[in-house]
Amino acid sequence: METFWHLMDGFVTSFELINLFMIVLGVVAGLFVGAMPGLGSVNGVAILLPITFIVPPTSAIIFLGALYYGAMYGGAISSIMLGIPGASTAVATTFDGRPMALKGQADTALIAAATASFFGGTVSIILFTLFAPPLADFALSFGPPEEFALMLMAFATFVGLGGDSILKTLFCISFGLVLSAVGLDILSGEPRLVFGNPSYLAGLITGDKYYLAEFTIGFMRKISFLVLAIGIYGIGEMLWTIETTKGGITFSQANVTLRGIIRTIGALRKNIPMMTFGSLLGFFVGILPAAGATPGSLMAYGMAKSFSRNPQAFGTGIVDGVVAPESANNAASTGSMLPMLTLGIPGSPTTAILLGGMIAWGLTPGPTLFSEVETQEFVWGLIASLYVANTAALVFNLAFIPIFVMVLKMPFTILAPVIFLLCVVGGYVPNLNMHDVWLMLIFGLGGYILRKLAYPMAPIVLAIVLGPLAEESLRQSLSISQGEIWIFFMMEKPLPDQFFTEPRIALLFVIMSVALFSFPLVKMVLNARKQRQS
Amino acid sequence: MNWNFIKSRMLMRMAILAVCAVFLGASYAAAQWQPRKPVEFVVMAGKGGGAGKLSRLFQAIIQKNNFSNQPFTPVYKSGGSGAEALVYMRQKRRDSHTILLTLNSFFTTPLRQKNLGIDIETFSPIARMALDTFILWVNTDTTIMNLNDWVAAVKAKGKSWNMAGTGKFQEDQLLTNILEATFDLKMTYTPYKGGGTVAKNLAGNHTNSTVNNPAEQDSWHKAGKTRPLVAFTPERLGMYPDVPTFKELGYDGMTYYMQRSIIGPPQMPQEAVDYYIGVFRKVHESAQWIAHAKKKSLFRDFITGQELKSYFLSERDKHRVLLAKINK
Repeated sequence: METFWHLMDGFVTSFELINLFMIVLGVVAGLFVGAMPGLGSVNGVAILLPITFIVPPTSAIIFLGALYYGAMYGGAISSIMLGIPGASTAVATTFDGRPMALKGQADTALIAAATASFFGGTVSIILFTLFAPPLADFALSFGPPEEFALMLMAFATFVGLGGDSILKTLFCISFGLVLSAVGLDILSGEPRLVFGNPSYLAGLITGDKYYLAEFTIGFMRKISFLVLAIGIYGIGEMLWTIETTKGGITFSQANVTLRGIIRTIGALRKNIPMMTFGSLLGFFVGILPAAGATPGSLMAYGMAKSFSRNPQAFGTGIVDGVVAPESANNAASTGSMLPMLTLGIPGSPTTAILLGGMIAWGLTPGPTLFSEVETQEFVWGLIASLYVANTAALVFNLAFIPIFVMVLKMPFTILAPVIFLLCVVGGYVPNLNMHDVWLMLIFGLGGYILRKLAYPMAPIVLAIVLGPLAEESLRQSLSISQGEIWIFFMMEKPLPDQFFTEPRIALLFVIMSVALFSFPLVKMVLNARKQRQS
Repeated sequence: MNWNFIKSRMLMRMAILAVCAVFLGASYAAAQWQPRKPVEFVVMAGKGGGAGKLSRLFQAIIQKNNFSNQPFTPVYKSGGSGAEALVYMRQKRRDSHTILLTLNSFFTTPLRQKNLGIDIETFSPIARMALDTFILWVNTDTTIMNLNDWVAAVKAKGKSWNMAGTGKFQEDQLLTNILEATFDLKMTYTPYKGGGTVAKNLAGNHTNSTVNNPAEQDSWHKAGKTRPLVAFTPERLGMYPDVPTFKELGYDGMTYYMQRSIIGPPQMPQEAVDYYIGVFRKVHESAQWIAHAKKKSLFRDFITGQELKSYFLSERDKHRVLLAKINK
């Protein structure tokens, strides 16, 4: 009940004229930032942070929260329309969103993405409101073993239930893991797989060695996951489309009347289970300090595929494949505010910048934020305005759909160079570096070849996102346990006469991972037996 | 017609005058160097730790008080115990729009990773802003109340006593090794990405003890999750008057600070160095910074120029000795 009154106070705050204005401004800015490839919520929040110093802290965080939301919605737009993820969080949306657009269902995909985003946002804000303080304690119980077990489960999902060829999936995951190992190792500080002796880095200015050093330095920065994703989904997809259609794509006239939108939303009723699933999973992943919206949406896509009755249909352009990641990334973005507010640990790059803003406004994020009277107005004002921002983002997004659909009327011979240009810009902008652009082009070509050979792309992306997190937490866990494996099952090291001590949360994930990994094996045995019987 | 001609000539003269005025103004501005684009404020640690928080505080103070015409944008390059940031800074040779917020890994990382070939003497010193302090922390679920309890507990658990800290061969591990040597202990040290994560892992009972800065642990301490035992300072901290120092417990050599300084890349133009010294001197004198330092038990100790350079060199020698002890 206390929570309810706090929330009502929060609504009063968020309906103040300046705050409402901030919400609208934030949502519209976010939509456009999100839709631009290469610019994501991180860039948007970072660029606009200084503006917030001229308004009160509560209005400022409301503005940034709305921008964050808007960008989550906007990211789906270029994923669907151009096949380039507008932001890292929208990568999973390209898996099915792009094929839908190619089939002439771009409007359905956009409306489904917007509705799912709204659904995911709403579910997670409600969960946030109800459980913020106890969930903070839960997130605290996540140590390195739990983080690793969770990552293991994400990989297991892709292997066990992926629906693609198991061997090909395993190959793609391994390949992604190798890519994720490139660069400076976090725990030892030693460079790995940087194509050069690091001693070349030592002030070589002249001669051929200079280029070698530049090359090596580029790899020292690690391979950015966005570079890989833009390459595979932007360039690779473009080449694929050119080859399969010979440039002659025609799109059916898109249906963008208000009645059409309402009808499409109505038809989404049957996708509610998937949206609920995506929202819950996304929120859960979001509240974990290490994860965030990108792993959340990728995991939601993988799990949705596995629980679906026809996993084969995923990737060919179905609504379920769009709503699962879209509901998850919005849910996760709300969820990731939880560790930021209650633990003072940012769950994603964007929340890291929000955290910076909060400190600048004189607020100390951490366990005391919810309990101290002077900060309560701020916290609950933010939560309430997330409800308002979510609604505003839906309305604006739907209103803009006709404009986005107009892009489709462009012939592909014009669209393809535009996509290429946007990919190059998107690869260059995050680090302002040509090294990333070359890498992106190589990945694009490689992605196209792998695609021709029917290798799944999603596991590579998943592995490069989760690889570093998994490696770090595995090595930390084993360091704590002196290199012994009990740490993933129980709290204390068992004594010589003991088999088991108190179980830990990680055990649950480990069991599920083992089950998922063995699933294809069981299926194979069953199939073989069935064949013998018949 | 004629009248029009005169008018246009007048206009011309006025235009020339205006252009001259603009040029004069521009040359006046050029006399005092100012950044022409946002300043990249590199941090050699993660977002959540003490250095990350400090960088955002400086950013806010500079922005709010208009100490600079351009914003300072923090960029976090935590990889390889700060090696990533140092390599990056060296790449930025002669650049006027990149500065680095350093930690003590500024000394240890180049000493540890000789193959990086980084000589900190080549960087352009700007200003030392503060000396941060260290405290030994445990979780409140334990019954450890003081240093003697802690030593006994570590002795009982031996190698399986876990100490969490930021990065490998950085200040947290140096302190762990000093503790091991002083009290004849054996512990396991586990590196994490940032001090904020380390603090959270102690609060969640995923490690046994840490040597966090007060700023990193304070909110957990207020929430009743963690307990300070002993401070690595010569005098008690205003923030925790009940926490004894190693010095007063009879361990004289166990004083250790974390320096927070700003440096520029090698061969940064002198006018840019002077500009940044000016900006950070204003930050040093700002009310927000004074209040923050008091609240977080930071010693504001501003030095610059040659004095800062010789301080860096003497600290490097000190760390060389400490690291040599670890390697034995």
